[in-house]
Amino acid sequence: MADTIFALSSGAPPAGIGVIRISGGDAATALSALAGRLPEPRRASLALLSDPSDGAPLDRALLLWLPGPGTATGEDMGELHCHGGRAVVAAVERALGRMAGLRRAEPGEFTRRALANGRMDLNAVEGLADLLAAETEQQRRAALLMTEGHFSRRIEGWRLRLLDLSAMAEAALDFSDEDDVPDAAIEARIGEGIAALAQDVAQVLAAPSAERLRDGVRVVLAGPPNAGKSTLLNALVGRDAAIVSDVAGTTRDRIEVPAALGGVAFLFTDTAGLRAEAGDAVEAIGMDRARAAMDAADILLWLGDPDALPREDAVPIAAQSDRMDHRGHPGLKLSALSGEGMDALARLLLEKAAALLPREGDYALHARQRQGVTALLRYLGQAGRQADLLMLAEDLRQARRAIDTLTGQAGTEDMLDRLFAGFCIGK
Amino acid sequence: MHTSYDVIVVGGGHAGCEAAAAAARKGAAVALLTFDRNTVGAMSCNPAIGGLGKGHLVREVDALDGLIARAADAAAIHYRMLNSSKGSAVQGPRVQADRKRYKGAIQAMLAQQSGLTLLEGEAVALATEHGRVTGLILADGTALTGRAVVLATGTFLGGRLFRGEERNEGGRTGERAATALGHQLRDLGLPIARLKTGTPPRLDGRTIDWGALEEQPSDSRNWTMSPLSSTRVLPQLACAITRTNEATHQIIREGLGRSPLFSGAIEGRGPRYCPSIEDKILRFGDRDGHQIFLEPEGLDDRLVYPNGISTSLPTDVQQAMVRSMHGLDKAEIVVPGYAVEYDHIDPRALDSSLAVRAMPGLFCAGQINGTTGYEEAAAQGLVAGVNAAAHARDEMPMILDRASSYIGVMIDDLVLQGVTEPYRMLTARAEYRLRLRADNAETRLVPIGLEHGFVGEERRRRYAARQDRRGLIDAELRRCMTASEMARVGAAVRQDGARRSLFDWARFPEVGRALLFDLAPSLRDAPEDLRDEIWEDAHYAPYLERQDAEIADLRRNERVTIPAAFDYRCIGGLSAEMIERLEGARPDSLAAAGRVRGITPAALAAILVHLRREAA
Repeated sequence: MADTIFALSSGAPPAGIGVIRISGGDAATALSALAGRLPEPRRASLALLSDPSDGAPLDRALLLWLPGPGTATGEDMGELHCHGGRAVVAAVERALGRMAGLRRAEPGEFTRRALANGRMDLNAVEGLADLLAAETEQQRRAALLMTEGHFSRRIEGWRLRLLDLSAMAEAALDFSDEDDVPDAAIEARIGEGIAALAQDVAQVLAAPSAERLRDGVRVVLAGPPNAGKSTLLNALVGRDAAIVSDVAGTTRDRIEVPAALGGVAFLFTDTAGLRAEAGDAVEAIGMDRARAAMDAADILLWLGDPDALPREDAVPIAAQSDRMDHRGHPGLKLSALSGEGMDALARLLLEKAAALLPREGDYALHARQRQGVTALLRYLGQAGRQADLLMLAEDLRQARRAIDTLTGQAGTEDMLDRLFAGFCIGK
Repeated sequence: MHTSYDVIVVGGGHAGCEAAAAAARKGAAVALLTFDRNTVGAMSCNPAIGGLGKGHLVREVDALDGLIARAADAAAIHYRMLNSSKGSAVQGPRVQADRKRYKGAIQAMLAQQSGLTLLEGEAVALATEHGRVTGLILADGTALTGRAVVLATGTFLGGRLFRGEERNEGGRTGERAATALGHQLRDLGLPIARLKTGTPPRLDGRTIDWGALEEQPSDSRNWTMSPLSSTRVLPQLACAITRTNEATHQIIREGLGRSPLFSGAIEGRGPRYCPSIEDKILRFGDRDGHQIFLEPEGLDDRLVYPNGISTSLPTDVQQAMVRSMHGLDKAEIVVPGYAVEYDHIDPRALDSSLAVRAMPGLFCAGQINGTTGYEEAAAQGLVAGVNAAAHARDEMPMILDRASSYIGVMIDDLVLQGVTEPYRMLTARAEYRLRLRADNAETRLVPIGLEHGFVGEERRRRYAARQDRRGLIDAELRRCMTASEMARVGAAVRQDGARRSLFDWARFPEVGRALLFDLAPSLRDAPEDLRDEIWEDAHYAPYLERQDAEIADLRRNERVTIPAAFDYRCIGGLSAEMIERLEGARPDSLAAAGRVRGITPAALAAILVHLRREAA
């Protein structure tokens, strides 16, 4: 029998309340030991918690008893909603830790048990990880869709279609001696089915990825020295993240600042100013880093010569409009100091970000899911080009395997380890 | 009579004969018990051996030095390579065999096998001691002792024949014996279920208008089922093709009310891939006709087997149905068709060596395990025979996995999934079929047979010589040539600057056999079967490499073993259905558990987590 685990699953104390979750076969024993009784299942009730070792009162708390298997982890569970003081939480945890068969949960262990007990599938687990880390509305919506299994249902649909296609191919191979299996017609139907499925898969793959949603849209500010990049950065993120001075070349390295604008996560990067000759070795390195950042940018704000855009899609910015004459400049005129044009810039950033991020109602794919879907699409593509039905059937089999990888069948162990390594405790 | 043996085989059908011969080849003292020595090796249903998927099994049994392919060659009166227009991995060699000659060939091979005694009698009960098999009790009171018993009893358990309103219990005397043994198996807690199969009426070939029918001649090439058969020995006959028509369908529809299949008299499930003609009409009534193959049963035999009209309709309806078809308007039925329902044990009670888990020393093979077909039976018989001998002699069992052979695929399917209809081999069941070809069975399996010590001298010598030869050819094919060098010798390959071995160049369509033979004369000079095998290996090479990683994965997960007594109920969250399936199948590894139907990835992860926790 597995150990019973417990952990604080609300935020770090001090906080308004501290929710401690207990999961495992001894959850009921632990609740009774603390509260002196087992409350009615699934009904919140108030109780005075006492330390079972000496009877000393610990806290007055809300008590929940959730018998398995219909619980988050699939096991018996208890919840203690204590007061969120540091000492209160520590005392309750200490009391729990002293009970036989109970131990503190390892990071991600509650979710791991939910997965192990079939309460969640892998895509849902990844969605949950995102949901817990979500800081913006958009992240929250996309993560919730993943947690709720929208993507899993879509994969299941693909799997069923693939099975149909494979079944047709196998019928033509294994029962070709029977006149009831029409060879030529069936091959044409398989071909059409593969093409339609590939189109569907490609559509999902073309949608923006989860990483962008999680890490933010990368906005890079670049231009010659003293063009006002750092001032603009500070204005965008709403604090003095970068040092600003009139001395050209103040910013010598990249400065990355995450910030949300209009509910969308952005990662703003300030860069060293670019000029023909570097003054010293340090500046040369800074300029190399600036160029690398510009290459990797999702949106590049260019504060330099509008006729020398470093990238075709760079956005020319006429900065420092409060003190510069920008007549004839095609770019967006703005002043971080007076606030002129800042609203227009925010609108422009949000508009560009919308194209890079999943639309509302879309879920976003992770690198792992993306890899699986890419493999699936590759095998479908190969299958569509096969003249030999036998090879086509083999490609379809590989496509089915790619789907299995998406739902976590192959390489189970490695994938679990990776998945749980960075997972937050107690959820 | 001598009464002490290492291995006792019950039943002289295809499974029993292979089991007895294989156990004897492995050095065991073997008794083969049969009701009647004259029926040993009889083909009880259609006169064909091989086919799609089944041809693979025949070649594999042969590579393991079994009997079926050589007997088929000795009796073949018609050869046909099915799927010859498709890739070689799904081609299926098939023969029509002369019944009498086939049986004769099997009996002759058994008579020559040293260490094998043929006994006539009737098994009543297994002798057991401390839960282990110690021998067999016969109806006449004789007690045979043996450390292992192989049950290859076909449909003897609770067999019931159906034809129209007629019923016939088992169709043979000695129900007492079958019943007693059946009870004993039930007492062991072996799950028993019922299956159904059927057979068509046999026609008198002299009453068929052959001239009016489309002829299907024997394949003109000179391949044989076994590479040890040097040539085709008998004159070749043609088969003929006719079709059912609207009149036939009308006759069948009118007779349906009198068919036991639809009156509810038959409870067992029949095979979906080999439906009765009643089923076909009911389910595919919109077709204007179904093809019927007329297969001669022998050179000097007037019987003809009309393949495709398996039926249990009353005799008068069968007669009318047959006569409604083109070329059969005067045909006489010699033996009417019938359906047979029988008990089988749930093969999930067996392990991968075909041993019954609940009773050490007991092995089962063939129809008793829920399969259909001579080839499936023969393959299981060979495995059960080898492993019964290994058990008796305290040697390691031979376990064939899914990557090794169709035999391995079949046994894995049986012991993990069980059966819901009579199990027949299909190439679609083999996920690694690109490497499991009928043409490379020797390369795949002879070494395994040698390792387990049951391959005869003739086969060993042929294999060794073939391997030597292959070694020379492989060396020659390792020679590398650049794209421009290939162009200079006449291959219009794309000039990508690549340097490839001749083996790699072989799969390029611009290269072709003739050029490859010029570049590698040892390949040209090789026997056709070896040449074809290497040619196919080269063509499938990229796919085989891709599968290698998959197979390595499979074998890694197979090393994560699940203890026999593992308690699935202690894993919360497994559905009742999953627990039932896992407890039924008792997979011995994580890989096997993953193949049990309905086991989700999440369930597999749960099992893995619990295994790790138990190990910790």
